[in-house]
Amino acid sequence: MRGRVVIAGIGQTQFGALPDRTTISLNAEAVRKALADAGVEKSAVDALFVKFPTSRFEAMYGQTLAGALGIQPRIGGVWDQGGATNISMISFAAMAIENGQCEIAVVTLADNPKTGTRQAYEKAWGEDEVFGWFGVPPGYAMIARRHMGEFGTTSDQLGAIAVACRRHGAANPGAQLRKKLTLDEYRQSRIIASPLRRDDCCLVSDGAAAVVVMSAERARRLGVKAPVPILGFGQGQTSWEVAQRPSLTSTMAAASAKTAFAMAGITPRQVGVAQLYDCFTIAVLMTLEDYGFCTKGEGGRFVEGGRIEFGGELPVNTAGGLLSETGMPGMQLITEGVRQMRGTASLQVPRAEFCVVSNQGGIMHTHSTLILGQPA
Amino acid sequence: MSAETAEFPLPRRDALNTPYWQSLEEGHLSFQRCGECGKAWLPPRRECPHCLSPEWRWERAGGQARLVSWVVYHIAYHAAFKDRLPYTVAVVELAEGPRLISNIVGAGDPEVLRIDQDLRLAIEHEHGVAVPRFRPA
Ligand SMILES: [Zn+2]
Repeated sequence: MRGRVVIAGIGQTQFGALPDRTTISLNAEAVRKALADAGVEKSAVDALFVKFPTSRFEAMYGQTLAGALGIQPRIGGVWDQGGATNISMISFAAMAIENGQCEIAVVTLADNPKTGTRQAYEKAWGEDEVFGWFGVPPGYAMIARRHMGEFGTTSDQLGAIAVACRRHGAANPGAQLRKKLTLDEYRQSRIIASPLRRDDCCLVSDGAAAVVVMSAERARRLGVKAPVPILGFGQGQTSWEVAQRPSLTSTMAAASAKTAFAMAGITPRQVGVAQLYDCFTIAVLMTLEDYGFCTKGEGGRFVEGGRIEFGGELPVNTAGGLLSETGMPGMQLITEGVRQMRGTASLQVPRAEFCVVSNQGGIMHTHSTLILGQPA
Repeated sequence: MSAETAEFPLPRRDALNTPYWQSLEEGHLSFQRCGECGKAWLPPRRECPHCLSPEWRWERAGGQARLVSWVVYHIAYHAAFKDRLPYTVAVVELAEGPRLISNIVGAGDPEVLRIDQDLRLAIEHEHGVAVPRFRPA
């Protein structure tokens, strides 16, 4: 089904502190803008895939949102893989469309952990509270430390990822954090859970983003301006808690990418721009390895010397990612991938034929991969 | 909430994990071993995570372990831990195979620990509860 389904429209709210907005209201704004971008009437939408707000679980949220949007979708509801959810839902939408289960799907996400509740992020991991095992950054720090020990990865190499994302975010008028970071500033950044520093950690943000998915044929008939073909997708769930995971330094991201690249019929070498889930810098580094952009253990050296910055060999997170554009769990990477393929990005990478996008959730528990091509 | 008044998060005992905590009170770290496939694991589960058998037994660990990885907390995510900063949390692998979250004690500067270094079980009392911690061997 390579290229037979497209992303026809994208929409997003502002990012940052958006007090006095509910997640329902944020979703509604993003959906309205995505439908307008695609040039599609709301009445034509017959599927609504929703990532519920990570910071607060609410039963039947997908139906509450559909009601607020005035949609009675054929397929509708929430899916939960944490930060991997958005690409997974786009994949499910594509498979449903391909098999006649629906025709026009909206995939949407909103959350407001900055001004709303953050309770879900502060819970302890398992029954290990007695040891002080709390928080998300320490989980990634545990992985980063092992990577450093096994492969000699350095703090400065993690810093190179933060520097790249912050440089790109500074050039994005819509980014929440538009402040470049030097490697020296990174080195001075406060240690949160060693070996990770504050500047290894993503932003906390309110906001929403949505995409409209339909068949390439339907997009042609509707006269959609710049439908971006979905060339490949895949998933892989590592699942084990950090303590029980047989290996800390490789994940099922490798399986996810293998599926997606096989479907797209391309190799990492052909990818000109990448949007890689950067909740923490180490996630980008390991995704580069697991995807095959470099071999396992070479991620640190790969990100050095500006290779992943705009103008480098493989620009990563060209709108700033979670570290600089918005801490939103993943949809902003998809919308930036769409802009890169359309040729409308703030930092437009020239001659990038393909864009790979990664989404991942938990402490690298879940993973999804999306490969986009240029509009026909 | 200050560290003094914060309620310390002690383990919640239930029918499944009570033998685990009881064993620690008696000076032993225990883990489960499957009666069908022979694999060993922690934390306590009702079914073997390898073959899903409900037939398993408790076994005592010898106390030898290795350091898989560790982090040093410089901010507290729970008020009860504010007074302990910086403190070390580790993933530890027992010689028998099971892995668990624990603390490393008696290491001096935790930044000089090494991955895969040998550790030794050191049961300590935390608010009256015996917990499994580890020190460099
Ligand atoms: Zn078994």
